[in-house]
Amino acid sequence: MPTPKPARTIGGRRLPNLPGSLGAWLWLAVIILPIYYVIITSFKPRAGFFRTNPLWVPDPTLENYALVLQNDFLRYFANSLIVTVGSVLPALLVSFMATYAIVRGKTKFLGMANRLFLLGLAIPLHATIIPIYYMVGKMHLYDTLLALILPSIAFAIPISVLILSSSMRNVPNELFESMRLDGCSDWTMMWRLALPMTRPAVVTVGIYNALQVWNGFLFPLVLTQSPELRVLPLSLWAYQGQFGSNIPAVLAAVVLATLPLVVLYVVARRQLVGGLAAGFSK
Amino acid sequence: MSTHTSSRRTRTAGPSGWMAAPALLFFLVFAIIPLGGVVVLSFSNWNGLGAITWAGLSSWTEVLTSSVTINALVVTAKVIIYSFVVQTPISLLLGVFIAGNQKYRALLAVLYFVPLLLSSAAVAIAYKALLDPNFGLAAGLNIPALAQNWLGNPELALFVVIFVIAWQFVPFHTLIYQGGVRQIPASLYEAAEIDGAGRIKQFFHITVPQLKYTIITSSTLMVVGSLAYFDLVFVLTGGGPGYSTRILPLHMYLTGFQANDMGAAAALGVILVVIGLGLALTLQRLGGKDRSASQLEGL
Repeated sequence: MPTPKPARTIGGRRLPNLPGSLGAWLWLAVIILPIYYVIITSFKPRAGFFRTNPLWVPDPTLENYALVLQNDFLRYFANSLIVTVGSVLPALLVSFMATYAIVRGKTKFLGMANRLFLLGLAIPLHATIIPIYYMVGKMHLYDTLLALILPSIAFAIPISVLILSSSMRNVPNELFESMRLDGCSDWTMMWRLALPMTRPAVVTVGIYNALQVWNGFLFPLVLTQSPELRVLPLSLWAYQGQFGSNIPAVLAAVVLATLPLVVLYVVARRQLVGGLAAGFSK
Repeated sequence: MSTHTSSRRTRTAGPSGWMAAPALLFFLVFAIIPLGGVVVLSFSNWNGLGAITWAGLSSWTEVLTSSVTINALVVTAKVIIYSFVVQTPISLLLGVFIAGNQKYRALLAVLYFVPLLLSSAAVAIAYKALLDPNFGLAAGLNIPALAQNWLGNPELALFVVIFVIAWQFVPFHTLIYQGGVRQIPASLYEAAEIDGAGRIKQFFHITVPQLKYTIITSSTLMVVGSLAYFDLVFVLTGGGPGYSTRILPLHMYLTGFQANDMGAAAALGVILVVIGLGLALTLQRLGGKDRSASQLEGL
């Protein structure tokens, strides 16, 4: 696991890195200020919200949140949930199996598969949106949630294989060999050995993909049109048109749409932050 | 790397290629075939609903001679270059800083991640509200100098876009650098300290060279990612005012799904793919030939 960075000491004394901490706190302020503004404003009454102190809310109200909830928010939330779970779990399964085969196998075919997936990292895959729109139409999937799920699975595979394989390569070969001597098949070794040993990476990849799909905008915009099928990012855009100048309500929708991810992050942040940092920097 | 050589020692049969088949199937159908499809469609005429007819090179001549395309290429190049110039030093410095052992730095790392939780649509909507010259933050605080028409002024809008992109994605790259720094052997710093090298010297003589491959990974993701900032710009400015923030992916979307000219949009898609692939391969090449192979393999 990562070697901790040495304390910067000279003659045994740790010197504080003043410019460093100044910059780090400054960046924190840059990050927090807009978020704080959004949250504060979402609790302001609609009328004249902009005439009150933008950084404080004297008498908070929940009317904006009520308005968002009355406007089908829960339906959009459910759509997002279906699409995210429906994409992330299959993507994890197929990527994990492929990674196991690629890391443990040595055939030319698997090498080619690996290179193909890696190609997906170098290509802005969204550039293929027009043929995807065409194919989804031909498959009679246009304006369904499945139309969002299938390409989302495909687009999640390259990064998943990349992160999973850097973790799977760290599983000691001796463990596989001893299981093989016990007569275990690759299928058994994949579930009983590779999965438990790479569990942190699997969780990282799962959360990362969930973020991507939950926040995805282009597929829903292009591949669906019914208001009943809106996912959250698209609904934010629609709320913006619908609520017009009622900015506190639009921002309340932003807060509500982000809340589930904040909860997920609070629960699994160690896994996500550590796993991503390790997965990309090998 | 080391485990790779040890796996080569296995002489028993490996797993069947079929285990990779489901992933391969998904990827072929929804990524590789569309990749071919975008090339094919670029030689066609299609309004998105009716029949597709062959059009030869007409979409290409249309796209390549259009001043809007040239403008989109220039805007995209600006976004890529400015994003790189702004984001790389900030992410590198922040990443090195939060890789330190102190508890509060770990807390910073946790908070830095928060923008990554927001969708681009949410970020764009938040900034639109915040930057509004009449109802936004500056107006509320009564600071007229900041109450510019940030998104309505073509001179300013592009810089706002670049700032918002940095706001959203610097956290991600900071995280990558943090992970990279943590893998630098501590002995290098210990040796440097015995030699009396200061913090700045250590940064330029140890940290940066040791992070070479991390820099390449981060830059590749950043540059290829720059070609996908469609949703952020779409919601934030819609490409405007005028064409001032109309980046290539947005131009492709608007050409295809608003002007209903799928042939031209497909040609723009091909251009996007070629640029992305070209930039990614160039960056990998910069990382040195030997290492580039293993870098791509994610070792």
